[in-house]
Amino acid sequence: MRPALLRQVAIFVAVFVALELLAVAGEKSFLLTQVTMSAYYTLVVLGLSLLMGYAGQISLGQAGFFALGGYTSAVLTTWDLAAQRSVGWVAGAARVGLLTSRTDAFGAQVLTVHPWPALACALLLTMTVAFVVGIPVLKLKGHYLAMATLGLGTIVYSIAVGTARLGAADGISGVPPFPLLPGIGVGGSMGGRIVNYYVACGILAAVMLLLLNLVHSRVGRALRAIHGAEDAASAMGVDTAHFKVRTFVLGAALAGLAGVLLTHFNGAIGPSEASIMKSVKYLAIVAVGGMGSLWGTLAASMVLNFLSLRGYFGTLDDAVFGAILIAVMLFAPQGILAIDLRRALRILRPARGAPAEPR
Amino acid sequence: MPLLQVSSLSKSFGGVHAVRNVSFDVEKGMIKALIGPNGAGKTTLFNLVSGFVLPDAGEVRFDGRPIRGVQPWQVAAIGISRTFQNIKLFAGMTALENVMVGRHVRSRSGFLSSMLHLPSTWREEAEVRGRSLELMEFLGIAALADSEATSLAYGQQRAVELARALASEPRMVLLDEPAAGLNMRETAELARLIVRIRDRGVTVLLVEHDMSLVMDISDEVVVLSYGEKIAESDPRTVQKDPQVIRVYLGEEEC
Repeated sequence: MRPALLRQVAIFVAVFVALELLAVAGEKSFLLTQVTMSAYYTLVVLGLSLLMGYAGQISLGQAGFFALGGYTSAVLTTWDLAAQRSVGWVAGAARVGLLTSRTDAFGAQVLTVHPWPALACALLLTMTVAFVVGIPVLKLKGHYLAMATLGLGTIVYSIAVGTARLGAADGISGVPPFPLLPGIGVGGSMGGRIVNYYVACGILAAVMLLLLNLVHSRVGRALRAIHGAEDAASAMGVDTAHFKVRTFVLGAALAGLAGVLLTHFNGAIGPSEASIMKSVKYLAIVAVGGMGSLWGTLAASMVLNFLSLRGYFGTLDDAVFGAILIAVMLFAPQGILAIDLRRALRILRPARGAPAEPR
Repeated sequence: MPLLQVSSLSKSFGGVHAVRNVSFDVEKGMIKALIGPNGAGKTTLFNLVSGFVLPDAGEVRFDGRPIRGVQPWQVAAIGISRTFQNIKLFAGMTALENVMVGRHVRSRSGFLSSMLHLPSTWREEAEVRGRSLELMEFLGIAALADSEATSLAYGQQRAVELARALASEPRMVLLDEPAAGLNMRETAELARLIVRIRDRGVTVLLVEHDMSLVMDISDEVVVLSYGEKIAESDPRTVQKDPQVIRVYLGEEEC
C-alpha cells in the first residue's frame, strides 16, 4: 500500500471511531443513525464524483439508480412466495438457498428471496440499465448524458409513484435486515445502532479504497486524460467511449448498492428517493467537495447529508441544495477545499508593509 | 514494401478540396517531411493518416494493411503515434503521468483489476512507470517528471508530447509542426532529437513550416500546394524545383 494511502486510511478510521466514542460519551448515540445513513448516501455521491471529475460527464440519474436498486431489493425480499411453495421454480429456488423463511412484522410466516440474491439482481438491473442508456449517449461528445439521465430519473420516479405493486406514494415497507455475519448486518434489528454504524463505515471504507486504487491506476490515468484532452487521449489509444461507459456503469452500481443497503437499513423505501431533486442534491454535494476529489466528496457528503437528515435545512432542504450548487459554481468551481484560505484572508485584510497585490 | 502507402487520397470540406489525389510512400526508417504554405492540406493529410478524418477517396496502407475506417484509438494500437500542432497535453497531470498515458496500448489493467490492485496490476504499473521515465531520460526531460505538464515552458511541453507519442513504442510517429513556437536553439535540439528517434528505428513523418529543420534532417520531402502534391524528392532537389520555389519559397520568403 502507498504510504499516502495508508495515512489517509488511518485518518478515516480515527475520525469515525472518534465520532462514535464522542456520540456515546455524550449520550447522543442516536445521532449515529444519521451518520450511518450519510455513509450510504456517500456511496452514491462518490460514484458521481468519479464520473464528473474523471470522465467529465454529468449524471442527473443517480437518484434513479439508487431507487432502482432499493426497490428491486425491497420487492424481492418482501414478496411472499409461501403460497407458491409447490410451484416448480419456487421449490427449486428454495432448494438452492435463494429463498429464506422468516416471520414478518405481523407474525406471519413468509417465504421471500434472500437479501443476497436480491442484491445481485438489484446490481445487475442497475448496471444493465446504465449500460443500455450509456452506450449510445456516451459515444457523443458533450453533455448529452445529463439530458438522458434526467429523462431516466423522471421515468423511474413516475414508475415508482404510479405502480401499486411498488406501494405507489407510500413505497414499500417491512423490508428485512441484510445479514452479513451471524448477528451483524444492515438493518434496525441487526445488532443495534453501533454495529450498524461500523458496518456502514466499513463498507464506505472498502468502496473508498477500491475507488482510490482505481484513480491511481491505468484506468484513472486514461479517464483524466479524456477529461484533459479527449482528442489526444484517443490518439494515445484510449477508447474514450468505452471508458466513459464503464465509469457511468460503475457510478450507477454504487448508487444501486447504496439504494439496497439503505433500504434494508431503514426497512423501507419510498418514491422520494427517486426524485430529481435528490439527484440535484448529489450533484451539489459533488460540487462542494470538488469534482474528482474523492476525499473532498466524502467529507462534503458526510457533513451535508448529516445536516439534511437531521432536518437543519427544514422545509427549505431542496432550496438549500440548489443555492449551494449555484454558490459553489460562482465562487469555488473547483470545490470549497480548493479555496486558498490564506489568499482569501489577505484580500479581506491586506498585510501591513506588504505592497497591495496588483489588480 | 513501404511502411506507409498513401494512394490517391482526397478529402473536401464543403466545396474546398483540402487534399486532392495525393499519393506518396514512406519507407521504413526514414524521416519524411510534408511541407507547403498555410492551407495546403498538410494537417488534413495528417488527420486522414491518423484516423481522425475519413477520406472521400483513396486509401492509406500501413505495413500493407488498409487503415480506412479504423477508429483513432485503434490507430495507436497498430503502431502509429502522433503529436499535435497546438500541443495537447493532459491538463492536471504531471509530465510523467502524461507519458504514462502514452503506454496505454502497451498495458492492459482494466477497472476490476485496478480497483482490486492485483499483483499483475502493480507489476504492470511499475513497468509503465519505469519505461516512461527511461524515455524521458532519453529525451533529456527526466528532471521534469513531477512537474505539472501544462505549466512547463513551451519547448519542454513539446518534448513531453514527443515522449508521450514514443511511449507506445510506435513504428511510426506523425509530428505535426514540432518546431512551431520554438526558438532557434530549441529547434536545433529538436532536430537532433528527431534524428535520434529515427535511429531508434522509428519512422518519422513530419509536417513543418521551419525550412531549415526540414532541409537539415529530412531524407525526403513532399511539397503540397492547395491540396495537391507538386513535388517529391530529397531536400536538395526540392529546393531547386522551380515550381516549389514559385508556390512556396517564393511566396513565403521575406
